[in-house]
Amino acid sequence: MTTTAFAGGDAKRARLAPKATFKERVHDKLHDAKVQRAMRNFNLAGARARAIGELDNLEDIRTASAAIRDRALAHLDVWLERFEREALARGTHVHWAETHDDINRIVVDIARKAGVRKIIKSKSMVSEESHLNVALEGAGMQVVETDLGEYIIQLKGETPSHIIAPAIHLNRDDVADVFHEHHGTERKTDPTALTMEARKFLREHFLSADMGITGANFLIAETGSTIIVTNEGNGRMTTTLPRVHVAITGIEKVIPTLEDVACVLRVLTRSATGQSISNYVSINTGPKGDGDADGPVENHVVIVDAGRSALLGTDMQEALRCIRCGACMNHCPVYQNIGGHAYGWVYPGPIGSVLTPNYIGLENAVDLPHAATLCNQCGVVCPVRIPLPDLLRKLREKQTDRGLRPWQERVGLRAWAWFAQRPGLYALATRVAARIGRRMGGSNGLIHALPGNGGWTVERDLPAPQGRTFRELRAAGAKRAS
Amino acid sequence: MTAVSARDRILSRLREARGADPSAHDSERALVEARIREHPVGPRPTMAWTDAVERFRAECVRAASTVDTVATRAEVPLAVARYLVAKQLPTQAVAWPELGDLDWAAADIEIDFRAAQGDDPVGITGAHLAIAETGTLMFLSTPRTHPVTSLLPETHVAVVPASRVVRTMEDAFERTRVEVGALPRATNFVSGPSRTADIEGVLQIGAHGPFRVHVIVVDDRAPPASA
Repeated sequence: MTTTAFAGGDAKRARLAPKATFKERVHDKLHDAKVQRAMRNFNLAGARARAIGELDNLEDIRTASAAIRDRALAHLDVWLERFEREALARGTHVHWAETHDDINRIVVDIARKAGVRKIIKSKSMVSEESHLNVALEGAGMQVVETDLGEYIIQLKGETPSHIIAPAIHLNRDDVADVFHEHHGTERKTDPTALTMEARKFLREHFLSADMGITGANFLIAETGSTIIVTNEGNGRMTTTLPRVHVAITGIEKVIPTLEDVACVLRVLTRSATGQSISNYVSINTGPKGDGDADGPVENHVVIVDAGRSALLGTDMQEALRCIRCGACMNHCPVYQNIGGHAYGWVYPGPIGSVLTPNYIGLENAVDLPHAATLCNQCGVVCPVRIPLPDLLRKLREKQTDRGLRPWQERVGLRAWAWFAQRPGLYALATRVAARIGRRMGGSNGLIHALPGNGGWTVERDLPAPQGRTFRELRAAGAKRAS
Repeated sequence: MTAVSARDRILSRLREARGADPSAHDSERALVEARIREHPVGPRPTMAWTDAVERFRAECVRAASTVDTVATRAEVPLAVARYLVAKQLPTQAVAWPELGDLDWAAADIEIDFRAAQGDDPVGITGAHLAIAETGTLMFLSTPRTHPVTSLLPETHVAVVPASRVVRTMEDAFERTRVEVGALPRATNFVSGPSRTADIEGVLQIGAHGPFRVHVIVVDDRAPPASA
């Protein structure tokens, strides 16, 4: 059961987080000119296409990368034990969090014991799952996000709309306003000037923080290290300057060897931003050593379950291969129209539509498995070959099995099944429906409003049936041919 | 301790989920150890280039670094000065101690051999290795090779002997295993100056790290034998 791994408070919060229904959110986003402009402007798919062309054996590397992830998942507990042993040997403190509340409790505890006042954060999506910033601020600590996009949305009090481009839904005027308000500086709209202003303000925070929190792209079992892949340099600052470093990541992120890291990196960064490698790939192993001039005195890793173990050994396990590149959302026609916030939880796009129902409960995300056309663009680009359309279809089946679909749909499908099992009646019913449909279509052959399903025709017309069914046409054709 | 029992609960959940045979735990551990010992290399793209140093230089430029080449180590201070003056940058620098034997005074560079601080304008480092495939510098932290010096200053100059250029990241890891053994506290791969595209997807060079990465290759390879 998905819910067993959750403390009651977490599940409740996850359910309460979205302010409206999925359909209401989608409607808002489709009619939000700013979001629509931002989405049209957004083209990481093009960047990927150019970069992926550099690999003449892309399919081999995708297959190998999927196999590397599968190898880790096949003996996940053994690889995690191996990671833990190496990490402990290098002086890293290893913590295990079963729930989102555990993450917050563990990190607040580490911070309290170390007398931490100011915390800088590099991007961590797992910390978004648990609302860690709220917990730390509640414990009286100052938390500063340092990824530029995360910093902007933190100042605006928003959540990320994309896993690697968190502020993609905003434009330069939004950033200009929020910087002007929070920094007390002259308002400026030039992206270069805004970036320089953030650099100046965040540099102060980097140099004065007591603790740094990061995610981890992988836990390397061979060396007991965490690895982060970034472009801005904030990840390096966060793991190097404060006296305490905490890395938070999921149990599924363990990877066996350094060679495996090298293999997967070739497709991770190309799939994400179209770079052959990110600017900074940083492997951190333990706290600072004797005589080191820099590096944290305390190094912690928090390994998080929070719903993940429920996918292992099930027909959803392939979703745990995910390396969080974002390619599935960058190529998703649904994501590109509604943006990330419409999905209502931490992970948007096709992978989000698979992970969210699994992590917060299928009953709390009934619309997400349907927020896809199953066009398989995501499956084609996924660097670790997650069969996303298959997983979405399986979730739809589970919803039907558990009676989670709306009653109209359930009754409708039962009615259809009843007719489909009676070929004579089915032929009659479809003949009648086809003729009624033709009348409804009028002179231009288009139905503008569908009785009982008005939502379908709000943004489009339904081409009307021609008046005869396929079987009638086929029978007539066979007669002519003979 | 709660943390200990959370660990055991998570691990036993995972074992149960994959239907693990408790008597196979030792053999599974042996499998994992064998895989790590062997650490096989995965598929790499066909690399149509042969000269790793040439490729490294070209990829550095593609990653928005600048590159200079000198014949000997002794020429490095003048090459650094040439670069800083041409770019109208300050000539005060901090550097790794291993560069302390060079004649910086002759190049009019005011230099300190210590870890960089937040307001040092120029940081000069060596590099553990460099990777040709992607134009990447690899740094290992030690008490004498400070990670902050390639991070905090607005300008980072890296001195790379040609003999330290390897073809791929896999080669870099293998060579590190042989030469150093275990990874140090920080292993950093750097490919060009810091950047972001978080405001409207517009690329900006110089987010939090250096605005400029200048690579000086010391071509210490033996000259080609004459025919």
